[in-house]
Amino acid sequence: MAEKKSYTLAVNKKTFTVKDYPMARLLDVLREHVGLTGTKEGCGEGECGACSVLIDGRLVNSCLVPLAQVEHAEIRTIEGLANGKTLHPIQDAFIGWGGAQCGICTPGMVMATVALLEHKKSPTDDDIKTALAGNICRCTGYTKIIDAVHAAADKMKGMP
Amino acid sequence: MRGNVPIYDLVSPKSLTEALKMLSDKPGYYRPFAGGTDLMVVLEAGSLKHKNFININSLKELRGIHVAGSHIDIGACETYSDLQKHPVVAKEFPSLIQAGAETGGLAIQNRGTLGGNIANASPAADSPPALLAYDAHLKITSSKGERWLPYSQFHTGYKTMNLAADEIIAAIRVPRPAAGTVHFFQKAGTRKAQAISKVVVAGTAMLKSGTIEQIRIVVGSVAATTKQCLKTEAFLKGEKIDDKVINDATAMLQTEISPLDDIRSTAEFRRAVTGNLLAKFLTMLR
Repeated sequence: MAEKKSYTLAVNKKTFTVKDYPMARLLDVLREHVGLTGTKEGCGEGECGACSVLIDGRLVNSCLVPLAQVEHAEIRTIEGLANGKTLHPIQDAFIGWGGAQCGICTPGMVMATVALLEHKKSPTDDDIKTALAGNICRCTGYTKIIDAVHAAADKMKGMP
Repeated sequence: MRGNVPIYDLVSPKSLTEALKMLSDKPGYYRPFAGGTDLMVVLEAGSLKHKNFININSLKELRGIHVAGSHIDIGACETYSDLQKHPVVAKEFPSLIQAGAETGGLAIQNRGTLGGNIANASPAADSPPALLAYDAHLKITSSKGERWLPYSQFHTGYKTMNLAADEIIAAIRVPRPAAGTVHFFQKAGTRKAQAISKVVVAGTAMLKSGTIEQIRIVVGSVAATTKQCLKTEAFLKGEKIDDKVINDATAMLQTEISPLDDIRSTAEFRRAVTGNLLAKFLTMLR
């Protein structure tokens, strides 16, 4: 048996100290300790991308990351995107272009889009398909998600 | 989730020296844990048998890509994404880059490590065929010292390897390919991303006035380990590629492999596709 330990991590720029087992999944830590349930569990084995978050700016599957590996890390989740009541342009675009239907994949899709658009301001269809290849959607058929990412990229051009 | 989290320990040593000491103090008690992209899946399925792990992911001694005149040393905990971002690796080792880009999706590539892919010892892994085609050597370290091992001698059978309980793979050395080297890598899977391969073929070759001077052919997912096809290589050395040579080499390769029927594919499909991929590689050498 392992013992619960205290770990400190930053989530959406706020510092949290949580006490849990070292192999606890970041996904469960976010949902159950930090109280942020926007990050979803789909497959629980790194195949579907529903649990995607950013660790130190890099997209990861939070179901595959143990708590012991995020000590002092900076985590960014879907809840960290909006500024008060003003949605992030990517969230706006997913709503405007019908990129979300049932919504389970949406937080992960949006976080994968954040990771893409931070490096590529004007992605091609292929760039988008590669960046979102680890995120599965069973509703939209992806066309509207790709439209939403292009629209978000256009909105974000010229933003700081 | 079916895994029982409280029974698993993950300890984070501050240095490689400390990690190696933990491994040698209680041989077999701890195992290394790097990016977790394989181990967490097994844990969540409730079938991870080993219980105690050492977190080696943040050890800086296992990170870094060092370019020397004749070779490149890649820290075992470098991720697939790290490799893709490195200008020299990207330019000189296209098969390794392609293997990384076709492993999982981006979130997996950001976490999965080259050393982990080797030590997980899956015969269906994507980077081992590329590494073997590039004649990689492994730097294996323990508290007693370090040793170098040709990667071709590492995998000894299905999920068994030449690595003692107190040892860690520290780095992977790949010789820089000579100018004019032909590189080949192709994976056949159910879809482009997130798929475990049905067949992988990786190869390197060098031609001299139209004849094959040097060739390496490595296959994945069609034997108990990633396998270098020495018999087919020996047959092809000194040959000029034409239809007959391609047909004969393909037939020979199909006797060197031992594919199985499993959930991902059939032996018959794997045998046929392995041959087709070799034919595609050899056609590049015409």
